[in-house]
Amino acid sequence: MANESNLAHEITELRLGLPGDIIVTGKKRVSSEVESELKCEPATKSQVVGWPPVCSFRRKNSLEETRTAYVKVSVDGAAFLRKIDLKMYKRYQDLASALQILFGCFITFDGTLKESECVPIYEDKDGDWMLAGDVPWEMFVASCKRLRVMKRSVMK
Amino acid sequence: MNYFPDEVIEHVFDFVTSHKDRNSISLVCKSWFKIERYSRQNVFIGNCYSISPERLLRRFPCFKSLTLKGKPHFADFNLVPHGWGGFVQPWIEALARSRVGLEELRLKRMVVTDEGLELLSRSFVNFKSLVLVSCEGFSTDGLASIASNCRHLRDLDLQENEIDDHRGQWLSCFPETCTSVVTLNFACLEGETNLVALERLVARSPNLRSLKLNRAVPLDALARLMACAPQIVDLGVGSYEDEQDSESCLKLQAAIRKCTSLRSLSGFLEAAPHCLSAFHPVCHNLTSLNLSYAAEIHGSHLIKLIEHCKKLQRLWILDSIGDKGLEVVASTCKELQELRVFPTDLHGGGNTAVTEDGLVAISAGCPKLHSILYFCQQMTNAALITVARNCPNFIRFRLCILEPHKPDHVTSQPLDEGFGAIVQACKNLKRLSVSGLLTDQVFLYIGMFATQLEMLSIAFAGDTDKGMLYVLNGCKKMRKLEIRDSPFGDAALLADVNKYETMRSLWMSSCEVTLGGCKRLARKAPWLNVEIINENDNNRMEENGYEGRQKVDKLYLYRTVVGTRVDAPPFVWIL
Repeated sequence: MANESNLAHEITELRLGLPGDIIVTGKKRVSSEVESELKCEPATKSQVVGWPPVCSFRRKNSLEETRTAYVKVSVDGAAFLRKIDLKMYKRYQDLASALQILFGCFITFDGTLKESECVPIYEDKDGDWMLAGDVPWEMFVASCKRLRVMKRSVMK
Repeated sequence: MNYFPDEVIEHVFDFVTSHKDRNSISLVCKSWFKIERYSRQNVFIGNCYSISPERLLRRFPCFKSLTLKGKPHFADFNLVPHGWGGFVQPWIEALARSRVGLEELRLKRMVVTDEGLELLSRSFVNFKSLVLVSCEGFSTDGLASIASNCRHLRDLDLQENEIDDHRGQWLSCFPETCTSVVTLNFACLEGETNLVALERLVARSPNLRSLKLNRAVPLDALARLMACAPQIVDLGVGSYEDEQDSESCLKLQAAIRKCTSLRSLSGFLEAAPHCLSAFHPVCHNLTSLNLSYAAEIHGSHLIKLIEHCKKLQRLWILDSIGDKGLEVVASTCKELQELRVFPTDLHGGGNTAVTEDGLVAISAGCPKLHSILYFCQQMTNAALITVARNCPNFIRFRLCILEPHKPDHVTSQPLDEGFGAIVQACKNLKRLSVSGLLTDQVFLYIGMFATQLEMLSIAFAGDTDKGMLYVLNGCKKMRKLEIRDSPFGDAALLADVNKYETMRSLWMSSCEVTLGGCKRLARKAPWLNVEIINENDNNRMEENGYEGRQKVDKLYLYRTVVGTRVDAPPFVWIL
């Protein structure tokens, strides 16, 4: 493992391998130990062109790269389902507004659910039905497969 | 043999099908050269710029099948700019003008146009088979021409192409009289499909063996298609998003049970988590399974499916299967020959889904394994040494550690010893990709032991020119060498210029080679095309007096018998 004092001394000299190794290179490279010391953003690695070596067709199909997240939305009592792209919205509030426009139902995701008429639930990747609003928005978008707005009147 | 009439010799030659063997036959004597020339049915051209269509036709006037490859392999990873080359148009035009009775065209990494496909479809009466892999430049209009005009079309196989989908009616262009389709693969199309036309085509194609659908084909359509094609051997499921136990789901399950010939399963481009269970009844017969696009299927469902697949020979999967899943594969799939594990998270963050433990488990459990592509976040020398001991039969070994320069995560040493063990044990190794922290030492091992190596991919590795020299001097059978982001320079490039005549091509990007070095190489070796790809500022390269020290961003050189190509774009400079 890299020696702590050596790292501190050579913190401005980015290079590979164990302290003491001299590596001649014209390019800056960051070893994983130095990286954690400098607290580099992991994002810099992903900006290397063509790395990892995954073909563009596969990249397009990987979860990271999907630009849309269309899910079916059903509302109890409505004759038709709708499809919305969750990636169009940045937060739960935006989704609530969109649902109000599409279906006319008033939803909140912020815990005042006990009083509200409409309860938003979603089916996640594992097939379980979850109450929407518990997890951070990005996590919700990544795991939501379909959305359903239940009406309390139906639940009784 | 020369006491036999030519027809007899030709008949004997018919039994020799491999390109290498036929090439060898043609070198024996003039008479064999001549007989072999006229009887060659299948021509393989690994680099479309190594020869011209005219010379091809002069040498082999009677061929029926042509395979052409265009862009270098690293084009798959966006390292070759758009417009570089690999145009198939001049080939189709030349063949159309000649009297060749073309029946099959197989293209890889080439630029194809709708006009070219239209010309192809009209020029060859017996055209039967079109296979396009990683190609681009055409749309569904081109497919419509093929469907309309090729009366005896047997195979239309589109693998991972970039196709402009006009959401037209190309499928309905197959005439009602067309009943000869054996392979239909359009999984890479993004748009809607005419489902009625598709179902009718499938229903009137009794010889259909391979059907790969795109994501726009929903579950109920899949059920109907399988009901009218129970003879199917190779199925690519498009979309599988439905409620469990829905009527479509039940119909599908019933149809699948009748598909007793099904041996290969792929696709699941849009997949609900539970969908795999419908396929459990056919698992025991599957020899090939590709679930590498099914990012939405949880590891546990994958494992439940694989537990039934005892005859699996080929498995392509995502790393969401985890080490535990790979242990299940190791204990279930004793016939496994080829494994590919792709990354779900391209940016290398998050959980370590598969590690060196999964690789070791596979090597221990699958005695017939000869081909592996493994993406992972960490590796150790000890694991690689164990893998080498367990599996000395590797022909293809490709390991991609997602983080460049990552050392052995236990000892922090470079992975030289691990890869060294692989090349020493695997005497038949033909293809190798290395990754992680590597010094010149690993290349010393490769040069010493990898005597059969034909293709080597290097990224972020090595210390000095010595590394590249070990490989060039040692690997006598090297055909394709591709290097990126490694400190190899002019000294290595120029050491043995004649070596490149024995190879198909060399790619070097973000290395230490200079413009001056490349110019010297081009002067010494006129039989090579030395191409510099410089996207940034082409003019500056020429005017700057320091060209001797100016680094070249991308170098691609290849042997050719037809000199400089004429279709190079402005950012490609051929020295």
